[in-house]
Amino acid sequence: MQERLKRLDVILGIHPESPYQVMEKALKRAPKDIISDLIDSGLKGRGGAGFLTGLKWKFAAAADGDEKFVVCNADEGEPGTFKDREILTLVPKKVLAGMGICAYVIGARKGYIYLRGEYKYLVPHLEREIAEFHKNCFKLELDFNIEIFLGSGAYVCGEETALLNSMEGFRGEPRNKPPFPTNDGYLGKPTVVNNVETLVSAQVVSRIGVEEFKKLGIQDSHGSKLFSVSGDTPRPGIYDLEFGLSLDEFVREFGDGDTKAVQVGGASGFCVPRKKFQSTTIGFPGGLTGDSLPTGGSMMIFNSSRSMYNVLRNYLDFFEEESCGQCTPCRIGCQQLKVGIEAVKRGDKDPEYLQQLLKLTDTMKITAKCGLGQSVANSFSSIVDNFREEMIY
Amino acid sequence: MESIKNIISVKINGIDVSIEKGTTILEAARKINVRIPTLCHHEDLCVAGNCRVCVVEVEGAKNLTASCAAPCEQNMVIKTNTPKVRSARKDLIALLVSEHNTQCTTCYRSTNCELQALASEYNVDNNTYLSVLKPGIQVDRSSWSIEKDDSKCVRCQRCVRTCAELQHVNAITVAHKGKDMKISTFMDLPMNEVVCVNCGQCIIHCPTGALTERRYFDDIWEAIGDEKKHVVINTAPSVRVAIGEMLGYAPGAHVTGKMVAALKKIGFDSVLDTNYTADLTIVEEGTELLGRLKSKIKDEDDSVALPMITSCSPGWVKFIEHMYPEHLAHLSTCKSPQQMFGALAKTYYAEKIGVKPENIVSVAAMPCAAKKFEANRPEMKSSGYQDIDAGLTTREIGHMIKQAGIDFSEISDSDFDSIMGDSTGAAIIFGATGGVMEAALRTAYELITGRDVPFDRLNIEPVRGLEGIKHAAVKLENCLEAYSFLEGVELRVAVAHGLKNARVIMDQIKDGTSPYHFIEIMACPGGCIGGGGQPIPTNDKVRMERIKAIYEDDADCKLRKSHENPEIKQIYDEFLKDGPLGHKSHKLLHTHYTKRNRY
Repeated sequence: MQERLKRLDVILGIHPESPYQVMEKALKRAPKDIISDLIDSGLKGRGGAGFLTGLKWKFAAAADGDEKFVVCNADEGEPGTFKDREILTLVPKKVLAGMGICAYVIGARKGYIYLRGEYKYLVPHLEREIAEFHKNCFKLELDFNIEIFLGSGAYVCGEETALLNSMEGFRGEPRNKPPFPTNDGYLGKPTVVNNVETLVSAQVVSRIGVEEFKKLGIQDSHGSKLFSVSGDTPRPGIYDLEFGLSLDEFVREFGDGDTKAVQVGGASGFCVPRKKFQSTTIGFPGGLTGDSLPTGGSMMIFNSSRSMYNVLRNYLDFFEEESCGQCTPCRIGCQQLKVGIEAVKRGDKDPEYLQQLLKLTDTMKITAKCGLGQSVANSFSSIVDNFREEMIY
Repeated sequence: MESIKNIISVKINGIDVSIEKGTTILEAARKINVRIPTLCHHEDLCVAGNCRVCVVEVEGAKNLTASCAAPCEQNMVIKTNTPKVRSARKDLIALLVSEHNTQCTTCYRSTNCELQALASEYNVDNNTYLSVLKPGIQVDRSSWSIEKDDSKCVRCQRCVRTCAELQHVNAITVAHKGKDMKISTFMDLPMNEVVCVNCGQCIIHCPTGALTERRYFDDIWEAIGDEKKHVVINTAPSVRVAIGEMLGYAPGAHVTGKMVAALKKIGFDSVLDTNYTADLTIVEEGTELLGRLKSKIKDEDDSVALPMITSCSPGWVKFIEHMYPEHLAHLSTCKSPQQMFGALAKTYYAEKIGVKPENIVSVAAMPCAAKKFEANRPEMKSSGYQDIDAGLTTREIGHMIKQAGIDFSEISDSDFDSIMGDSTGAAIIFGATGGVMEAALRTAYELITGRDVPFDRLNIEPVRGLEGIKHAAVKLENCLEAYSFLEGVELRVAVAHGLKNARVIMDQIKDGTSPYHFIEIMACPGGCIGGGGQPIPTNDKVRMERIKAIYEDDADCKLRKSHENPEIKQIYDEFLKDGPLGHKSHKLLHTHYTKRNRY
């Protein structure tokens, strides 16, 4: 894997200043300055929802609570995403330092890494790193302790409130929002839940400063981002790329010369057909990822041998299994979308039925309880709209 | 000033509303009589926000908002009835219908189903979507009390929240995820093998026909049609204040006379009163309590279990058997009024009217689902036959009256038959939480002191009402000679309803910190008037109306103390002979309990 990484060096690189030195430097500053730096940097959550990280920390710092928590969301489950695994394998100190800075800023004494169940093999490695981290905290007089919590394999637990329920021993079902975790999170206490990569990026802001950070990327999408490239590509792997890349450039770099479509943001993201590569930019305004789901940065490339019907059906198979099942639009909507396209394909339903299904995705988008149900519409409508004939014939 | 700070204002459909901070959009809308449809919402339960039917538009929000779960914020602009909202709701209802067994014509809950009502209101086309109802769903009829039909489940989780929050039983829970998500039991076991206490609260909180009581009325029709059978029915106190709701009356309507008349018209050979055995329970249980107090206080026998706890509620009895099996000695050994009635119907009553007990079919009209289980407990055969052949719910009785073609509003009042039809006000109040305690105190205090219980007009207000746990204390002074050992004792009592509250009481006993001598526990919130066999909907407003009717009935009675019931005096003279807790009453009117597992 490693030789396939395109080094932009921001996230996965080795730097003269070690992550714990970055943390030490940060701990000498006032928390409010770190927060305002983060806000100025424009860093947005790398899990997919793209919420301003600085604001999240600010809310948690301002919230009343005798106890606060930092949770690192490492429940990487979005189909086609595998970058958090690499971060935790290659640069865990950066993640831990990011957590340490966050703990200092919001006043947390306890942190958790919610680790995807399938990444269990990383536990010994991470535990060694955490032990070393604790020694550094002791030296820096930071009263902060991190524990690993292993998930059990439900995709929805990447949604932050479902993740908190799971940690508390309840079913992994998203909660009603508000209240938000920054006020009412783990055990009802103010909690910051950040994606692995977000924590690294927060640490990057501390290391290189706001100005340097803002030089990376484009307006509204600053910094670099890890992309998990998979599918019909001669160069699958993880790439540290700046925001602002057009999909056309991306395909020229990674495609196999026969690229038909790119699924940006995994199953909960958007499918872009060739005719739109030029006009699509990778970054938050262009719809980098889906909405509020575990992991951003999944790039799946499909060439002309692929049936987009099968691709969509595959996603719907995934969603009807991985919906938590509590809310009507998501639980039943996902099933309906799947049986619906099957019926159209078989000829049991007229092609017009696809309009009914598109209307259903509109309903799901505006009524589902969490990002999972809301973002099923993304892949469905972008595939059905762009590859309608493949759905029918 | 403090309260003014907590008042915020919002605009709902153009109308300004001032509400307290923390009020949900749904509650705010109800304040100005704007109805927002709901399905997973229930006044008794915590917010779930999972059916999404209550969505509304909030200005500035990208998505629609579930009004049951969203608190109002200052200056929020809310619209509850826009094309976007209506279209989304209709779509959601169509989805629920597509997952539902829509054979409404044959559903027990038809016309009393919240999904059916919504689908009709929104004119949902059954064919909007393909059916995704799982094929081959079997109805779980393993329990004596409860039928579970997953094909009619809308996954609102009201039953799950009921079982967990109100009852602390957790017999049913959510299992699996995604398309396979369903309401299930521990290890998917049938209902009769799990900790279910049969209280039926899940039934009265279910919006559809997914959870219903197991129906026995067809068997009863058979028996009524059989010339050889003598079919008797005893009706519980809380049924008479609720049965009206099944037949078009408002909650709390007084329809006792009509109910008796309708049951006679249905063809029951004799319509008798559970109140009679409620009075008998008080005499037996009061005697038992005095006996325990005597052993403990006078004889200093520490093996005697105090506090003593009532045993009228079969849901509660199964709860303690499962959850606190090591504390069964605290339960009164008295059978419930239903089972006392059953034991006497096939002995005393059979003798009196000269019918062979094997030809008697003994039916109970109950507010309860657990009474069905209780009737089938193996130990409930002290007459030599199954003491109660069937326990029917208030809802089943309502159905029978309809099936018989009786015009309930036109029918004239009738009186209970005799014998075993006389009762006092003390028995009527068994139907409300605190009623057994009040009845017991009226009798016990008088037995001990020879005087009326020292409360205005015998109304022991501290044990009335819907507060979860209620307490009272009565100082015993100038006791009669036989009870001189109680002189100066402050008799401390408590009343709990809803098993969540029972747990609090039991944990005190477990810890050895219970300060009480006598405790009344009812499984259902509100007591029997809120029982799992009562008309749907049941909520606090309805409970209060039924309770009001109960106390009005009590106040109207000439006799308001159980021991004054002339038929009770008669049975001790003629049949039970050696008094309360005597040999015969021990055999017929008392029982024992079974230790069960916690899972």
